Amino acid sequence: MLKIKNLEAGYGKLRVLKRISMHVDSGEIVTIIGANGAGKTTLLYTIAGIIKASAGDIALLGNSINQTKPEKIVAAGCSLVPEGRQVFSTLTVRENLILGGYVQYKKNKVNTAAELQQIYDIFPVLQERESQLAGTLSGGEQQMLAMGRALMAKPKLIMLDEPSTGLAPLIVKNIFQIIGKLRDTGNTVLLIEQNAKAALAIADRGYVLETGKFILQGPSEDLLVNRDVQRAYLGREVGI
Amino acid sequence: MTSQLFFQYLFAGITYGSIYAIVAIGFNIIYNTTGIINFAQGEFVMLGGMIAISLHTLLPLPLAIGLSVIITMIIGALIEIIFIRWLKNPSVLRMIIITIGLSILIREAALHIWGEGVRSLPYFNGNEISTLRILGTNISPQVLWVIGVCSVIVALLSLFFKFTSLGQEMRACAANRLAATLCGISTKNMVTFSFMLSAGIGALAGCVVSPITYTQYDGGTPLAIKGFTVAVLGGLGNSMAAVIAGILLGIIESFSVSIVPLAFQDAISIALLLTILFVRPHGLFGSKEAAGLKEF
Repeated sequence: MLKIKNLEAGYGKLRVLKRISMHVDSGEIVTIIGANGAGKTTLLYTIAGIIKASAGDIALLGNSINQTKPEKIVAAGCSLVPEGRQVFSTLTVRENLILGGYVQYKKNKVNTAAELQQIYDIFPVLQERESQLAGTLSGGEQQMLAMGRALMAKPKLIMLDEPSTGLAPLIVKNIFQIIGKLRDTGNTVLLIEQNAKAALAIADRGYVLETGKFILQGPSEDLLVNRDVQRAYLGREVGI
Repeated sequence: MTSQLFFQYLFAGITYGSIYAIVAIGFNIIYNTTGIINFAQGEFVMLGGMIAISLHTLLPLPLAIGLSVIITMIIGALIEIIFIRWLKNPSVLRMIIITIGLSILIREAALHIWGEGVRSLPYFNGNEISTLRILGTNISPQVLWVIGVCSVIVALLSLFFKFTSLGQEMRACAANRLAATLCGISTKNMVTFSFMLSAGIGALAGCVVSPITYTQYDGGTPLAIKGFTVAVLGGLGNSMAAVIAGILLGIIESFSVSIVPLAFQDAISIALLLTILFVRPHGLFGSKEAAGLKEF
């Protein structure tokens, strides 16, 4: 699905990602965990085309997307849900979702009503709030709206940037359940999280990013019991 | 003040106010998609009038106006494509200075093309002296054209932004540029569209007011100042507030004539602008919190 080779990217002269290689296979949840400033968000932005890679290669479904414009990458089937609930706050929930389906609509004039219903089935609360302005939703609802909007584009790969930030534990649990469900219905998910425990619990594989490099990778079960991961990200003191 | 005089001032105020409102809406459309004030907005109004006047020597009036609006829209798009689009992460200040430069450029070009002469389109109905009697006062039918066209522009714009796919994309771009990009919307194209749209609206306004206010190569700047005052007065980015603020400023100006000499009319709007900027920089209808979050 997604293959990244020796990727380098950053802001101006600042190099944030240092020769990163990774891959995401079809139908799996892959998580990238790491502390603040490790470069997690930079990696997602580079894949989404918001930041241009200075070296290396990103391939989506076998096609290189290094030089592709962000809006074309969405059309190619890779959607990013940015951190901090970036919804269109002055538009209604319904309008937000319809704009999410914009790429699909442009491609084949699909029936948005049916698409909308699918999203409402996943996030019933959005249907109740349909005609409310997105800015008036609670944090959790805005996160669901951002995810729903990305799903409207029918992405082959959906990338989530810290969906749990600033949300109550119960809502986080709910959102992670939905992410699990997304995979079960055939979606591929690249999940970035500081909440390493929750992320590793639902992911198939994981990568640990530290100061722009992957220091560890492997199946989630292995990472969960790894001493370094436990000490650094799971807050568990390990006896020596 | 007699009631006849009162209504006379009122109609004059509403007429000028509608024009200010249209210029202010032009500012707002571009402000919403780019975060900048396009100081060449007044020049679009002048260009619309001038081009229509030139075309009218060859074509019937409605056709000349229609074509003039289209040509001005193309000019607006070209300006954006040539001067703004290719900039990588331009600062707000840099873009504003570019638009000031553009307004000087357009003005001087107009001086070379059309000369210093004052021109005007003919009255759409009747002539200079034909009047209609409304509420006991005599007004020119052109005044009704101005108010009517401005209302139609405002109404069509609201429908455009609410119900068309392009309008929604532009609103999305205004609400959150990053998220719009991530929805697959080309924000750069939206900026071009916003320049086209405000150029077209400005040009149409320039055509309907031409018989009353006349058109001259440097007629854009004072309108831009008034439009800017109105946009700030209403709260930047809020088009409905701009309509109210525009009519308010128009009425204040026209009634001021009965108290202070006509020459002070512009001073009044500048004083109002300064007062607003000092006291309520987020405008009469804007929210303080939202203004505080904006870069400009």
